[in-house]
Amino acid sequence: MLAQIFVNGLLLGALYSAIALGFSLVWGVLNIINILHGSLIVLGAYLAFFLNAWFGISPFAAAPVAAMVLFIPAFLLQLGVINRVLAKPVLITLTLTFGLNLMLNNAMLTVFRADYRKVVLDPPLGVLDIAGLAVPVDRLAAGAGAICLVALVWLLTRTTQIGRAIVAVRMDRDAAALMGIPVATVYALTFALAAAVAGAAGALLSAIFPISPVASAGYLGKAFVICVLGGLGSIPGVVAGGFGLGIIESYGALWLGPEHAGTVAFVLLLLLLLFRPNGLFGRKGFE
Amino acid sequence: MSGRPAVVQDAAIALIAVTAVAAVAVLGDNYVVRLATTLFLYASLALSWNLIGGYAGYPSFATAAFFGLGAYANGVLQAAGLPFAVAWIGVAGIAAVCGALLGFCILHLRGHYFAIASLVVGDVLREIVNSWTSLTGGGMGMNLPLIAFSADMQARFFMGGFFGLALAAFLVARLIDRRPLGFTLRCIEQNDTAAAMLGADTRFAKSAAFTIACIFAGAAGAIYASWVSYIDPTDVFDVLYSVKPIIMALLGGIGTVTGPVIGAVVFLGLEELFWRNFLETHEGVLGLLVVLLVLFLPDGIHRLLTIGRHRTWRAAAS
Amino acid sequence: MTPILELRNLSRHFGGVNALDGVTLSVGENEVVGLIGPNGAGKTTLVNVVTGVHAPSGGEVHFCGERIDGLRSDRIARRGIARTFQIVQPFPRLTVLDNVAAGILFSRRASSLSRARDLAAEYLAFTGLYEACNQVAATLTLAGRKRLELAKSLATDPKLLFLDEVNAGLNTAEIDAALELIGRIAARGITIVLIEHVMKVVRRACRRVIVLHQGKVLADGPTGSVLADRRVVDAYLGARAVPPAQVGAIA
Repeated sequence: MLAQIFVNGLLLGALYSAIALGFSLVWGVLNIINILHGSLIVLGAYLAFFLNAWFGISPFAAAPVAAMVLFIPAFLLQLGVINRVLAKPVLITLTLTFGLNLMLNNAMLTVFRADYRKVVLDPPLGVLDIAGLAVPVDRLAAGAGAICLVALVWLLTRTTQIGRAIVAVRMDRDAAALMGIPVATVYALTFALAAAVAGAAGALLSAIFPISPVASAGYLGKAFVICVLGGLGSIPGVVAGGFGLGIIESYGALWLGPEHAGTVAFVLLLLLLLFRPNGLFGRKGFE
Repeated sequence: MSGRPAVVQDAAIALIAVTAVAAVAVLGDNYVVRLATTLFLYASLALSWNLIGGYAGYPSFATAAFFGLGAYANGVLQAAGLPFAVAWIGVAGIAAVCGALLGFCILHLRGHYFAIASLVVGDVLREIVNSWTSLTGGGMGMNLPLIAFSADMQARFFMGGFFGLALAAFLVARLIDRRPLGFTLRCIEQNDTAAAMLGADTRFAKSAAFTIACIFAGAAGAIYASWVSYIDPTDVFDVLYSVKPIIMALLGGIGTVTGPVIGAVVFLGLEELFWRNFLETHEGVLGLLVVLLVLFLPDGIHRLLTIGRHRTWRAAAS
Repeated sequence: MTPILELRNLSRHFGGVNALDGVTLSVGENEVVGLIGPNGAGKTTLVNVVTGVHAPSGGEVHFCGERIDGLRSDRIARRGIARTFQIVQPFPRLTVLDNVAAGILFSRRASSLSRARDLAAEYLAFTGLYEACNQVAATLTLAGRKRLELAKSLATDPKLLFLDEVNAGLNTAEIDAALELIGRIAARGITIVLIEHVMKVVRRACRRVIVLHQGKVLADGPTGSVLADRRVVDAYLGARAVPPAQVGAIA
């Protein structure tokens, strides 16, 4: 029983890593909290839903499409709007992304309506039995896709010039500017990359969870918790935080009842902020 | 500042305001009365948020948490048999204690971390209210006893109640603005390390501002609960109760006494416009307003009006 | 000479780095002591620990005979320790006058802002900022902001003042003016710990010098003999041979 919960937690954790990845990237590099993040995930999920409904494309194949669709608008949004307030205090940047989120979420509500939709996989992928543990194949596939996504972004930041530029700007923006890195472009690329990752994560999630604009606040909340849990701005931190939350929530649901799984996350967040504001594994200060 | 003593000025402001409200109560129709009631509710929230968010510069998103706490505390106290007036005062006390405790816990955080912590408090409270069904009715909501007046009288009674709260918030803000506490909060906003190094008890100042803000938010929630006489968790813990006061303060000019009041008036006007013309998309239009405000008018209308007097200030800030 | 400040075996670690490693020293009343050492030696950490910005990892701080380590920085400030920051810390949107008034108000030497403003005039005159009193702090020149930093600290009426690189970035004429100012502060009976990189300033202002190196006291004594000490010279030259990355980690 406990082993089964652990497996559930791992599968959930992989998805959580992907949910938080883009959020952490934006927070770490641009030093803003992107309230839009949850809605971008939901938008990716809707793209996958309609690709599935209209063309029969699997949500897993839709993930790269969703990523590409979100990339360009996000790039322009950062460059044209968000970039103008980056130097402003937290209150201003937070209020701006909140306003943008109101617009996007309201647009989605108007177009898609609030009722939940579900991608029906045809044929259903079934459940694997591994050493007595039930592993739903759709969750396994989505989890694997999420891990691939995280690994891809990690490779990108490690090996490509753009990735190195993003890391450089994160570590010391002024020094990076002096080295000739176009900081504004790097910010826009980071934001676009984060939106693309959010879109892809949303597509993967659509294979498992029902889709609705009202779900966006929940994804945003998870991303917060994972970032604080894993420490801000590093990809290994996101993975640790994602799996950590997945496992904690699975056990929390067992002991307190599934309806309290969400509360566990929020109470955990509050406790972490009180006692370990740099994350359980965090080392970088935030002041 | 004019040479007249502050007390005389305060009395004059109070007198003019009371007269205007009395006129609305007698002459206004129900629509006008409802509008005025909402205005005073908004002004109370914006004035209270401004103490911690504007003066001290701590981006608090805890207004909804305390608004909801106040609403439910009022409901629970009245369900236990207390008359509404006693319940409201009790709520103010509860909000003060909770605010002081929470402030002690989260005011050492800065920037994004403080913002998130204050935001999460509302979510945690909503979950607690949702699951504590025996006390709060859970997701089914909670009914509050009606106050035994005619409908017209009730509307005017609650307008008066919110007016009293807004006036109190205004006078408290004005008092703080002129006392060393207000100066200390401004210094904290600009450089809290420097303030502490000069000997300012920054923890006390921040806690005081936060606690006072929580008292007003809680009292506003309590009066609101009695006004609508039915509350549910998604309504009173709505994150918009945290965000709207910020928008109002930004509109009117943060860190000033009159800014939040001006902001509340402007915001209410815009909101009425949106509600009428964009029934389905009014939240999106609100979002657009926020974006435009932040991009083009971050110092608020207030600053626009006084731009000449503050040129050096602006030059310094840019 | 009775010590006004005593550090006993004071340590502070950051992760695995010992920024301060068992520092024991004392400063006598009315002394002007130089505190020098290569970058990353722990000078600023020492000031931060004494003024309560960081809690010490071990050891004790005594000020005027009372133990003050672990107290909050505002309490320490009100007991009479002031400091200037290496990177100046004004209240950028307040006037110069109100910046200084803040020092008076926060150290509880006045109960109202208007009274604090009255008292501030003296410190503005003392630091030569009187002309600029209605200027917004952010508009001052660097030399002006350094003076303001000093005026704010003096306004708290300290017994002990840490001056953290007040001369960095100033030209020769400005340094001469700053030295003259330090002399006048000392003449008011304020004990001064001067953190400096410019040896010319140390030689002229301090009779005694303490050298920190890798978080430890390397030398402590009369300025002339300490600066001639072979180990001190090696510490400075040696620090230049350390790769920059390592120096950064220690700082």
